[in-house]
Amino acid sequence: MTVLTGLTILIVLAPLLSILYQAISLGGPAVVSPHFFTGVPAYPCSPRPGVTCQYGGIGPSIEGTLALLLVASTIAIPIGLAAAIYIVEYGGDRPAARAISAAADILSGVPSIVAGLFIFALLEQEDPLIIHSAYAGGLALAFLMLPIVTRTTEEALRTVPNAMREAAIALGIARWKSTLRITLIAALPGILTGVLLSVARAAGESAPLLLTAFGNLQGFYGFDQPTDALPLLIFRFAPQPYTNWLSLAWGAALILLLLVLILSVASRLALDRMERRLRGVG
Amino acid sequence: MAKMSTVGLSATYGSGPVIQEVSLDFQDRSVTAIIGPSGCGKSTLIRCLNRMHETVPKARVTGQVLLDGNNIYDQDPTQVRRRIGMVFQRPNPFATMTIYDNVAASLRFNGRHSRAQTDDVVLKSLQAAALWDEVKDKLFKPATSLSGGQQQRLCIARALAAQPEVLLMDEPCSALDPISTAKIEDLIFGLKREYCVIIVTHNMQQAARVADRTAFLYLGKLVEYNDTKEMFERPKEKLTEAYVSGRFG
Repeated sequence: MTVLTGLTILIVLAPLLSILYQAISLGGPAVVSPHFFTGVPAYPCSPRPGVTCQYGGIGPSIEGTLALLLVASTIAIPIGLAAAIYIVEYGGDRPAARAISAAADILSGVPSIVAGLFIFALLEQEDPLIIHSAYAGGLALAFLMLPIVTRTTEEALRTVPNAMREAAIALGIARWKSTLRITLIAALPGILTGVLLSVARAAGESAPLLLTAFGNLQGFYGFDQPTDALPLLIFRFAPQPYTNWLSLAWGAALILLLLVLILSVASRLALDRMERRLRGVG
Repeated sequence: MAKMSTVGLSATYGSGPVIQEVSLDFQDRSVTAIIGPSGCGKSTLIRCLNRMHETVPKARVTGQVLLDGNNIYDQDPTQVRRRIGMVFQRPNPFATMTIYDNVAASLRFNGRHSRAQTDDVVLKSLQAAALWDEVKDKLFKPATSLSGGQQQRLCIARALAAQPEVLLMDEPCSALDPISTAKIEDLIFGLKREYCVIIVTHNMQQAARVADRTAFLYLGKLVEYNDTKEMFERPKEKLTEAYVSGRFG
């Protein structure tokens, strides 16, 4: 039994460890080179006698990813929170609440490229100049984050015991105050989990950005300009024959992996905290 | 005049009526017990008295509940609930708050009070709930660090801090051990000097011990309402007699 358990753990861990190993061994040299986090990619180059290749950096992709996540979070988190609060705290079994809940479910099944296509088509009608920008890319990513934030917030709110809501009602505390300052606070670690997971999901998306943010290896020139992202850089550089660009792609993959890993671990910790906190009543 | 009374009170959860045409008077500075077998509607009845019943989807109330002669169903429910405190079956402290913040909750959320004022109310409420001596050195520890019995007294302190006129208790001891139960019963004796206390219990001995008057509810209808001693020793109705002598329930 112990052997079997050990084997299972190994099977589960093996892909994760081999990906990490691959990323570190192929991307490591680029990551530790100077200006990796701030510079722009160097000219394409493959080592041959008498030539040493520069790596340059992925500064525009890191900045771009941060900008995209900022736009996406600013849109998706407040809307997702509001939707979940409405569904759980105010909706009851009203048709509107069920409709929003169902919409979140459907949205979570929308392929990410379709989210990008939708934003592309939408902005093409409105303002073609802004199609390729951090705003547009962030908006597309927000579509992918929204159902995750809504669903996990919904679940976090549902784990808050109803007895706590009743206690607040019986004290004559106004509904909105008890929702914001008692229920939401109690659910906060669970909500944080969802937010972090959704950010991790958005950080790794490339498809919706191909049609929107577009990519820009020169630098981050503003939210209304074509913007790069880590997955876009990987998408563009990984198929290239140049050794230094390949290393940059793996370096970007390593950074992305670490980002997602940190976000997942943080969300796990937040969830544990929530479970501990709500235990011990009664 | 009675502090509180119900006039032809009926309630439902959407299907059939759970309580029907109940008319009762509750005297100030005394304890009234509502007894009856499980499912007779006693919890529903007490939840109609502070308009908690209507917070359940599809629940409906008809009839009147008078507080000092005015129908609470014509008033703002949150204002009504500040005058009528409630303690629930299971202790339900705010899990994310400290002991102090739990007691201070009604003051913090319902208007502005100075720190000194809040301190004073917290002290008096915890003393009134016979919990002060046990928690005075750990006021800023989480409420969940207390035992079940202490949590229930904390909930009583929290209700008292809102300075209500009526205190509703819905089987406040059903989740507690005998020692904690005895403490809460002692507490009820003290509370009736200042409040109109209404307690729901499935425990007849408890009703006999703490209540001045007792109402017997069966299948949603009021069967008998009398002085507790009278009711237990000389019940007028056959059904009451059968119940208090333990032949059913």
